[in-house]
Amino acid sequence: MKYLELRNINKSFGEYKASDDASLGIEKGRLIGLLGPSGSGKTTILRMIAGLETPDSGDIIIDGRRVNDVDASKRGIGFVFQNYALFRYMTVFENIAFGLKVQHVKRDAIKKRVGELISLVGLDGLDRRYPHQLSGGQRQRVAFARALAPNPHLLLLDEPFAAIDAKVRQELRKWLRKMIESLQITSIFVTHDQEEAVEVADEIVVINAGRIEQSGSPVEIYKQPATPFVARFIGRSDVIDNAGLLKGFEAAKDFSQAVIRPEFIRVEKSGHLEKYVRSIEEGTVEEVSFRGDCLELKVRVGDALLTANRPLEKDELRAGDRVSVLIRRIYVFDGDAARILENENMKNQAVYI
Amino acid sequence: MALKNEDGSITRALLITASLLFLFIMLILPLCIVLYIALRSGWETYKNTVTDFYTLKALQLTLSSTLVAVVVNTLFGLFAAWAITKFSFRGKKFLTTMIDVPFAISPVIAGLIFILTFGRIGWAHEWLDSYNINIVFAVPGIILAVIFVTFPFVARELIPVLNAQGSDEEEAAALMGANGFVIFFRVTLPNIKWALLYGVILCTARAMGEFGAVSVLSGHLRGKTNTLPLHVEILYNEYKYSQAFAVSSILVIMAVIILIARNIVEYKGKKELGL
Repeated sequence: MKYLELRNINKSFGEYKASDDASLGIEKGRLIGLLGPSGSGKTTILRMIAGLETPDSGDIIIDGRRVNDVDASKRGIGFVFQNYALFRYMTVFENIAFGLKVQHVKRDAIKKRVGELISLVGLDGLDRRYPHQLSGGQRQRVAFARALAPNPHLLLLDEPFAAIDAKVRQELRKWLRKMIESLQITSIFVTHDQEEAVEVADEIVVINAGRIEQSGSPVEIYKQPATPFVARFIGRSDVIDNAGLLKGFEAAKDFSQAVIRPEFIRVEKSGHLEKYVRSIEEGTVEEVSFRGDCLELKVRVGDALLTANRPLEKDELRAGDRVSVLIRRIYVFDGDAARILENENMKNQAVYI
Repeated sequence: MALKNEDGSITRALLITASLLFLFIMLILPLCIVLYIALRSGWETYKNTVTDFYTLKALQLTLSSTLVAVVVNTLFGLFAAWAITKFSFRGKKFLTTMIDVPFAISPVIAGLIFILTFGRIGWAHEWLDSYNINIVFAVPGIILAVIFVTFPFVARELIPVLNAQGSDEEEAAALMGANGFVIFFRVTLPNIKWALLYGVILCTARAMGEFGAVSVLSGHLRGKTNTLPLHVEILYNEYKYSQAFAVSSILVIMAVIILIARNIVEYKGKKELGL
C-alpha cells in the first residue's frame, strides 16, 4: 500500500493553475524528488501535503487516512523551508526544542532529544549560537534537526539546497541522502535542479504546469521519458524539426518534433567515421566551449543545431571544421507520448558505445 | 561614496552649507528663541508658569490622552499590519489606503467629522446623551481626536517589516503545533519589536503635539479640556508671551526626550540586524 497518496488534486490561485488533476503515490521509506521548472507547482504540492494550503478538490491520503481536513500541526509532518525559516531570536537549541516545547514534552526529555539531534546533524558545541552566527550549511542542518525533533512520519523539504553555494551543496546532498536513508523516514523534496534530483532521490516525479508528467527512478526518467516535456527537461537536449531527413531515422517522418541529446551523438573530423557511412551526417562546427571535463560543440547539421560533448584527450576541433556526425538515437513525440527511435542503419553494425 | 573631482567637492560643500543653514534658521533658531523668551522674564516667572495649576492640568491631560492613544493605536496597528501582511482578503487594498487617511486630511477636518457625528447636530448625539456620555467639548473627544490623527504610525512602521519577513517562521511554528498566541509572542513579536517600538515613539511624539483636531473638539475649557498645545495658544492670545513660551518649552523638552529614545531604538535595531 502507498504511504502517501494524492488523488486528482486541483488547486488554483486566481488565474494560475498550480495543480491540474495531480495524482501521485509514494511508498513508505522512499526519498522522492519533485522536479520541475520554477512556477510548475511543485512547492504548492508540498505545501498542500503539509496542510499549509488547501486543495480546491481531490484527496490527500497519508497512511490510509484522508487528511484534507486535518490541521497542519496534527499531520505529523516535518517541514524544511526553502530559506529554513529558523527562528531568528532563538538559539540553535531553542530552535530545535521549539516543537517539543509546544507539545509540553518534559524538560529533561527535551534536553536529551535536542542533544541527540545536535550530534546527529554534527553541530556539537554550536547549540547556543543564533542563526545569524551560522553558515548556510549549518543553518540547513539546524532546520533539518528542527523538523525531525517531534519524530515526524513524513519529512518535506522545499528546495533544500537552493540557498547554499555550489561547493557545500554537493557535500550536503550526500549528507542529506545518507541521513534520510539511515533514519528511514519517508521524505519528499522539491527541486528545480535535475542533477540534484538524480543524485539524491530514489524516485523522481516530474511536474510541469501543475501536471504530473512522469514518475519513476532517475534511470527510468532519463532513459524512457514518457512525455515531450520530460524528454526536453531532463538531460541536455536539442529540439529539432524534420528529424525524418536524418539518415537512419526515416521513421521519424511521422512525428512533428524530435529531441537529441549530446550523449546520442558522436562527432569526428570528416572522414574519420567511414565504417558508419550509411548513418553519418555531414556538418560544420559553429562553436566550441570548454566545460571543465569536456568540450561542448555546437554543430550545424542541415537546419538543426546540435550539441555534442567531446572528450578533452581527443584531437581538437575548431569552429568552422567540417565534421561527420553519428546520431545513435533520438526521441520523437507523438501527441503527449514520447518514443525512442534507434538509428536503423546502425542496427546491423557493431555496438556503438 | 564620495565624489572625488573638484566639482564634486564644491557641490558637496554647497549642499552641506545649505542644509545646515536651513536647519539652523528653521529649527534651531526658533527653538532657542522659545527658550530665550520663556526665560526672559526671569526664572521665577518660568517656574510659576510651569507649575501653574492650569499648566499642570493641561500636561496631565496631554499625557493621559497620549497614553490612551498610543495603547489603542499600538493594538490597532498590530492587528491591521498583521491582517494586511499575513492574509489575503477582499478589501485589503482599501484597508491599506484607509490607514493613510489621517496623514492625508487636515486634522481640523478630523475634528469636524467628530463634531458632526457626536456633537449637538450629530446623529449619534441623542443616543449618547441618553447614556449621559459627552464626547464633544470633553475629554473623550480629545482622546478620539488624538487617536484618529496618530493611528497610521504603528501600522505604517510594521507593514514593511512584516512584508519583508514573510510568513515562513510563523508557518514553521504552526506546523510544529504552536497556537496563535505562542506564535505571536515567541516568533512574530521578537522579529518586529524594534519597528514596533519605533512606531510607538513616533506615535507618542505626534500625539503630544496634536493641535488642530483637538482644538476643534476641546472647547478650550481651562483645567478641563485643555491640552498643552491649546494652553500655549490661550496664553499667547492673552499676550502672555513669556508664559506661552514657558509652556512651549515643556513640549520642546518632551520632544527632545523622544528624539533621544528614537535614536537609541534605531541604533539598537540596526545593531541587532547588522550582527
